[in-house]
Amino acid sequence: MTIFNHRQPSRREVLAGLAAAGLAPNLLTLAEAAAQGIAPKRGGTLTTILSPEPPILVLGVNNQGPTLVCASKIYQSLLKFSPKLEPLPQLAKSWTLSEDKRSYTFHLQDNDKWHDGKPFTADDVIFSVMKFHMELAPRARGIFAKIKEASAPDPLTVVFTLDAPFEPFLLMFEVTAAAMMPKHIYDGTDFRNNPANQKPIGTGPFQFVEWQRGNFIRLARFEGYWKPGQPYLDEIIYRIVPDSQSRALALQTGQVLLTQASDIEPFDVPRFREQANLTVETKGWEYFSPLSWIETNHRVKPLDDKRVRQAISHAIDRDFIVQRLWFGVGKPATSPIASTTRFYDPASKLQAHDPRAATQLLDAAGLKPNAQGVRFTVKHLVLPYGEVWSRLSEYLRTSLRQVGIELVLESTDAGAWARRVGDWDYETTINFVYQYGDPTLGVERTYVSTNIQKVTFTNTGGYANPEIDKLFTAARTTADPTARQAAFSAAQKLLIEDIPQIWLLELAFPTIYDKRLQHVIELGTGIHACFDDVFLA
Amino acid sequence: MGGRKLARFLAQRIVKMVLVVLAIIVVNFLLIHAAPGDPASVIAGQSGAADAKFIAQLRQQFGLDRPLYEQLWIYVSGVVTGDLGISHRQQRTVASLILERLPATLLLTGAAFAFAIASGVTLGAMAARRVGTLTDSLITVLALGFYATPIFWVGLMLVLVFSVWLNWLPSFGMATIGVELHGMAALVDGARYLILPALTLGLFYTAVYARLTRASMLEVAMLDFVKTARAKGAPEGRILRRHILRNALLSVVTFAGIQAGQLIGGSILVETVFAWPGIGRLAFDALLARDYQLLLGVFLCTSVLVVLFNLVTDLLYAWIDPRVEAT
Repeated sequence: MTIFNHRQPSRREVLAGLAAAGLAPNLLTLAEAAAQGIAPKRGGTLTTILSPEPPILVLGVNNQGPTLVCASKIYQSLLKFSPKLEPLPQLAKSWTLSEDKRSYTFHLQDNDKWHDGKPFTADDVIFSVMKFHMELAPRARGIFAKIKEASAPDPLTVVFTLDAPFEPFLLMFEVTAAAMMPKHIYDGTDFRNNPANQKPIGTGPFQFVEWQRGNFIRLARFEGYWKPGQPYLDEIIYRIVPDSQSRALALQTGQVLLTQASDIEPFDVPRFREQANLTVETKGWEYFSPLSWIETNHRVKPLDDKRVRQAISHAIDRDFIVQRLWFGVGKPATSPIASTTRFYDPASKLQAHDPRAATQLLDAAGLKPNAQGVRFTVKHLVLPYGEVWSRLSEYLRTSLRQVGIELVLESTDAGAWARRVGDWDYETTINFVYQYGDPTLGVERTYVSTNIQKVTFTNTGGYANPEIDKLFTAARTTADPTARQAAFSAAQKLLIEDIPQIWLLELAFPTIYDKRLQHVIELGTGIHACFDDVFLA
Repeated sequence: MGGRKLARFLAQRIVKMVLVVLAIIVVNFLLIHAAPGDPASVIAGQSGAADAKFIAQLRQQFGLDRPLYEQLWIYVSGVVTGDLGISHRQQRTVASLILERLPATLLLTGAAFAFAIASGVTLGAMAARRVGTLTDSLITVLALGFYATPIFWVGLMLVLVFSVWLNWLPSFGMATIGVELHGMAALVDGARYLILPALTLGLFYTAVYARLTRASMLEVAMLDFVKTARAKGAPEGRILRRHILRNALLSVVTFAGIQAGQLIGGSILVETVFAWPGIGRLAFDALLARDYQLLLGVFLCTSVLVVLFNLVTDLLYAWIDPRVEAT
């Protein structure tokens, strides 16, 4: 079972072509039925795409999107998470929490090896958490600083003791948050400049083989993997394809079997839904729950007036955005907390699409329209990560103009965008931010006044409400889930009233893959699973 | 040209070339740093989470916390001693990154170059020989078409026809991955991947060479020595090749010299459409990521190549046409 030989059209391609012409019978229902519960088949190469090309494949040193996609097959962490964000065993086969809710004890799998053959032990866990990620990763640093003591009573047991109970602690032991790194390679070295970064060593089912820059990355089965008989795939090849149309062509002609994240633009998705040999899956983003919003700089008048922000929220039709711009991939936001993140309050509702209410609010705020019908002008920095974001900004300009707000679009590239947002040198822009499973981990940072910093992914808008600070602190410091839910529900209500950022939609990125691939999207982290049980039927 | 004159000419030119390249380095350095954003903020913006310490750490590691003139001095003194610096983002030396991607680009642009000259001169000669006939009109219109059409559109259309509809050629990449090929099989495999990108890049220049050749040949064909050759009774083919074409080639050489200077830098669009792992994309990605050292390294290579080919073209003139003195 290899990738399609593109020298001659395969039978499947001919059928796909005929199906497109409306002539072929729907053969795949039989195959689909047979695929439900067939025994795993060993062998085969998974060819997929990685774009843009990551700079380096070592997690921790680099945490960008493409690195997470590829390196999650090389490295692993103690746990993995289901779509409902329940922790499942990975490198830790079981774990317990002490009575005072401050000590976590993990029992490790007993036949784990690194790709260079050395055994994986509790020392590696302690090194990864207390030294490696503590130094390199901002998110991990914030959480792991709470660990008062880390000890290894025996080589297969790790105990972390926190200075106070912290309910979302387990969510950090996911490969994209804190992957396990080999102590014998990194301890005592300069982590960022260690030459071993060019040949990543992990405990995952696939080991690094070669990387031809600009061309492809090749991973091969690690024969000493701790689950006997797995992984089923022989190799995974990540092709670097920079142009979005080339990627769509590659998927269509079968040159690649899987695409993920932003490889395929939303406007191409309907075409792939029609293709009989492919599955379009939008699940698998529950752990990240990316939420997009219009980011407003509260230092710019009149954006500091909450009536103006509420008006903007009323002026936008979120259903239109999801259906017409994202072609049904994703859903409208209803709260600053995504519906797939813990402690989401299902009673939350954002301002309805009501241009008349918008104009009334703007009148009440004292912003009258001039002779051309414009109440005020505000600049807007377009998010430079793909065509669809430009379309979104254009749609916003049209709908806001109808209530008298003139949006002036500015374009930049990724570097300039990050710099300007970080420096607060913007009026409005679009942003999307991951929630990481729990509002304390991914939501709090945008709204608490203590996190107003000059760097992206903090409270760059400058919103400050002491009541919100109190609610988030209460939710963070109590170990009782009921109390946390109460605090988060109150915070959601207050935030929806204040609407410091204008939430748009809960994003989902389509994972499109050949129907012969099994078990691709099963976890809450979707495409970032280690793929040890994926096989080609 | 006498030996001593040539030596003096070369010495003068080399000194000027070095000064020009140095000036280019300094200007590029200042230009790149003038763009908003730096490698640290790019990394922060793509990492999903960041704090002030993270950015400060990165800036310190990349040497960005030093004053600009100090960074410039460090860079230039490195270049002069042959050290192009390190790409902090990819953790490898700039020299190794460039050398790794250079052969792919040279293969692509070299193939396009050879194809363009061969086909362009041939078509231009055909058109000039049969001036005024249907063949001439056809070739001229075709040349106009390839000249006016944007490269990326040509590329996408070629992919659509030959890859998607006919399925004769692959749509992207440089070679088949996952199979070990040797000798003839490897050459054939590589050739199949090279055809579409080389065609895309070359067709534009084919048009240019065709028109240049045609115009030059028509002009030369009017001159006296051609009439003399005909009067002598020389065969038409020999007149065409030895007398007309050779003298018409000067303008072709001029343009070929310019195109040769673009051998490294001019293929980024084609490399993007065809996922060809070349220098153009390396530079573009470096620009987006504000990878200063890498970008400057690529600029350096390009400028060196351009001034070198400038020199070669001048020397070539003097060799082709003894009436021209290279000064």
